[in-house]
Amino acid sequence: MVEVTLWGALAAAAGGTSKVEIEARNIRELFKRLSERFPGLAPLMDRGIAVAIDGTIYRDTWSKELPAGAEIYLLPRLAGG
Amino acid sequence: MNFDPRHTTRSFSSVGTRPIRPDGIDKVTGRARYGADFNMPGQLVGRILRSPHAHAVIRRIDTSKAEQLPGVKAVVTAADLPDLTSGDAAMYDILDNCMARRKALYDGHAVAAVAAIDARTARQALKLIEVEYELLPHVTDVDQAFAADAPLINDTIITTGVDPKPDRASNVSMRSQFGHGDVDAGMAKADFVVERTFKTEQTHQGYIEPHACVANVSPDGTADLWVCTQGHFVYRQHCAQLLGMDASKLRVTSSEIGGGFGGKTHVWAEPVALALSRKAGRPVKLVMTRDEVFRATGPTSATSIDVKIGAMKDGTIIAADATLRYSCGPYAGSWAEVGAMTAFACYKLENVRTVGYEVLVNRPKTAAYRAPSAPMAAFAVESAIDELAGKVGMDAVDFRIKNAAQEGTKASYGPVYGPIGIGPTLEAVKNHPHMKAPLGKNQGRGMACGFWFNFGGQTCTDLNIGMDGTVSLAVGTVDVGGSRASLSLVAAEELGIDYAQVRAVIADTSSLGYNDMTDGSRGTFSSSMATISAARNAIKVLRARAAQMWDIPVEDVAWEKGHAVAKGETHGNLPNLSLKEIAAASGTTGGPIAGHSEIVADGAGVSFATHICDIEVDPETGATRVLRYTVVQDAGKAVHPTYVEGQYQGGAAQGIGWALNEEYIYGKDGRLQNAGFLDYRIPVCSDLPMIDTQILEIPNPNHPYGVRGVGETSIVPPLAAVANAVSNAVGVRMQHIPMSPPRILAALET
Repeated sequence: MVEVTLWGALAAAAGGTSKVEIEARNIRELFKRLSERFPGLAPLMDRGIAVAIDGTIYRDTWSKELPAGAEIYLLPRLAGG
Repeated sequence: MNFDPRHTTRSFSSVGTRPIRPDGIDKVTGRARYGADFNMPGQLVGRILRSPHAHAVIRRIDTSKAEQLPGVKAVVTAADLPDLTSGDAAMYDILDNCMARRKALYDGHAVAAVAAIDARTARQALKLIEVEYELLPHVTDVDQAFAADAPLINDTIITTGVDPKPDRASNVSMRSQFGHGDVDAGMAKADFVVERTFKTEQTHQGYIEPHACVANVSPDGTADLWVCTQGHFVYRQHCAQLLGMDASKLRVTSSEIGGGFGGKTHVWAEPVALALSRKAGRPVKLVMTRDEVFRATGPTSATSIDVKIGAMKDGTIIAADATLRYSCGPYAGSWAEVGAMTAFACYKLENVRTVGYEVLVNRPKTAAYRAPSAPMAAFAVESAIDELAGKVGMDAVDFRIKNAAQEGTKASYGPVYGPIGIGPTLEAVKNHPHMKAPLGKNQGRGMACGFWFNFGGQTCTDLNIGMDGTVSLAVGTVDVGGSRASLSLVAAEELGIDYAQVRAVIADTSSLGYNDMTDGSRGTFSSSMATISAARNAIKVLRARAAQMWDIPVEDVAWEKGHAVAKGETHGNLPNLSLKEIAAASGTTGGPIAGHSEIVADGAGVSFATHICDIEVDPETGATRVLRYTVVQDAGKAVHPTYVEGQYQGGAAQGIGWALNEEYIYGKDGRLQNAGFLDYRIPVCSDLPMIDTQILEIPNPNHPYGVRGVGETSIVPPLAAVANAVSNAVGVRMQHIPMSPPRILAALET
């Protein structure tokens, strides 16, 4: 079980909750469980979500493990110039 | 691939040196081939007809007269392209921007294109195309477009991120919010508060090379595209998807690139060139004019930003709040979201809130521009921070040092920071001789901080060792700033050979696995990770071959300084084998020697910079002159320090132009009035002093050498640093960028 913090727009789409506890071992499972629990997240997940684990942002490594006790923060998936 | 702490004390052999770039001679002697330098036998000239109206329904397009003109081989409109109306909305927007389907959404929007035997015939043909428009009300200003009674640009846009969901369309495509704590309660406790509204005008990346490509679609359905781009693999994906082709049948080769800065991360005319070639059955070369580049490609957002910051008497910032409105062109974007994330990222804040709004306007589709959205947010925040420091009675640098984020700080956009460099850049600025130099009459000094995330992404690299022991490195990230030199240094470092023995090339899309766009300051960061991985894989092969040559177990072979070294008491007297010797024997030890790597280079390290600017203002004319400019930035590890410095200088130069001169000027008719470098003035060498740089190296824990991206952060602080300098010189807080002479005079008169 990991605690996940959602950014503002994501929290709004998840019914106003900014912190959720999810049973997930890695980012792939996290996304799967989140979409099952909060169908309203679908448009934002389709647009792309990044996961910050203890401050390091992961955009594509969905196999990345979610260590117990780690700070896990969901962010929009951004690009640069 | 985590950072190896040994590197903090390690003496690198190649990394950190400053050899001449491998593409340098070709570039200074004119041999380098850019987008427009490629030609094919029998090629046609492509030209695009563009809307003269800011907002209009396209009632009818009659191309018959153009098609009958001798020498015209193809004419295309949206009717010749797939109708994605019911498909993926993002792909629909991309294609609609390349060729308008129902409405012209901005002055310069493409409505038809021709391919003809020469440019004269193509231009004649454009004049023969009849387009019947029904004009609609338009809006080009971000604040006017934000208003409830603004002309509606897209009646399907319902604001997302708002609860409850709005029941009618507007020009606001998305609301986003970030932050933590209780901002209102914090603000109520503040001893000092600064609250202001800032505006920035739309700017173009100003790359010298216009968009250019040659498309060649064969009757068998395969195609080639030679193009100036920051990401040929992404162009392949988009063009193939938009035109209904198999990606594997489209080979895209990236040319040398004369600047991109984010503006060459989108397809603009390339799908049109392919469609023309497919219809004509001949190669088509399409080169944009400068007018087209300005009217139809890549400007950044115009913004309007409200900032409110409160501080206690001891200088602690107690609350920070910002509302950011960013224009995104006529299609939904996520530019304000990025501004909202970066606005307060430099600071340790107990109570912080940022709200961003994406605002549709009748201007070209917004594209990234080097740390997209961050410079405007930094301008607003760093201006307010400077003013607040004055109210508290603290030095501007000391005030920032007191409130700077550090390792363990909860970032204003959410996560907790690892090791970061904002504090060290501020300390370096505080101690820099520039800060102590005297100023003269009508002169002012300003400083400001900036932040950018940096990104990694999908990356693929091949490292092939020739039989003569030299190394070919094939990478898929376009070289936008000297990365072939940097990556050659990394390969040389890992293999233990000389830099001159490595030649890096940018491979085409049929020769290498997929690579993400070269954006987000990821080129050297991600491709160096892949290069290190590929080199280490090659070393495994080299050790195995040496083991064969010596007839000893591979476990007894080490790799040291470019040589296989036999270890242990039994083999210790064997003479070392050089890479060259092993390569020469490769034909009889198993064939070619190579190392490959396919990775997702996640784990990019965030980056901070602090800039100092001295400026002189003529109070009679409002003219400005930058006297001195210094950039201090954390690079993690500077692989090729000269090109790191070049990135710092380039970002600062562009930011100075943004701050002082550059802006899109629209008339009441919604048409762009200054689509050319004569009237849209970017700074040239004679406008700027030598830009001094100082590289700091706080290693990124997620890269084996500690590398962070360096390409973008340098454009974040200049708008604010220059604005603070001007404000200090004239004694009036500047709130509108660019600070052109008329704006400075107007500010002085208030």
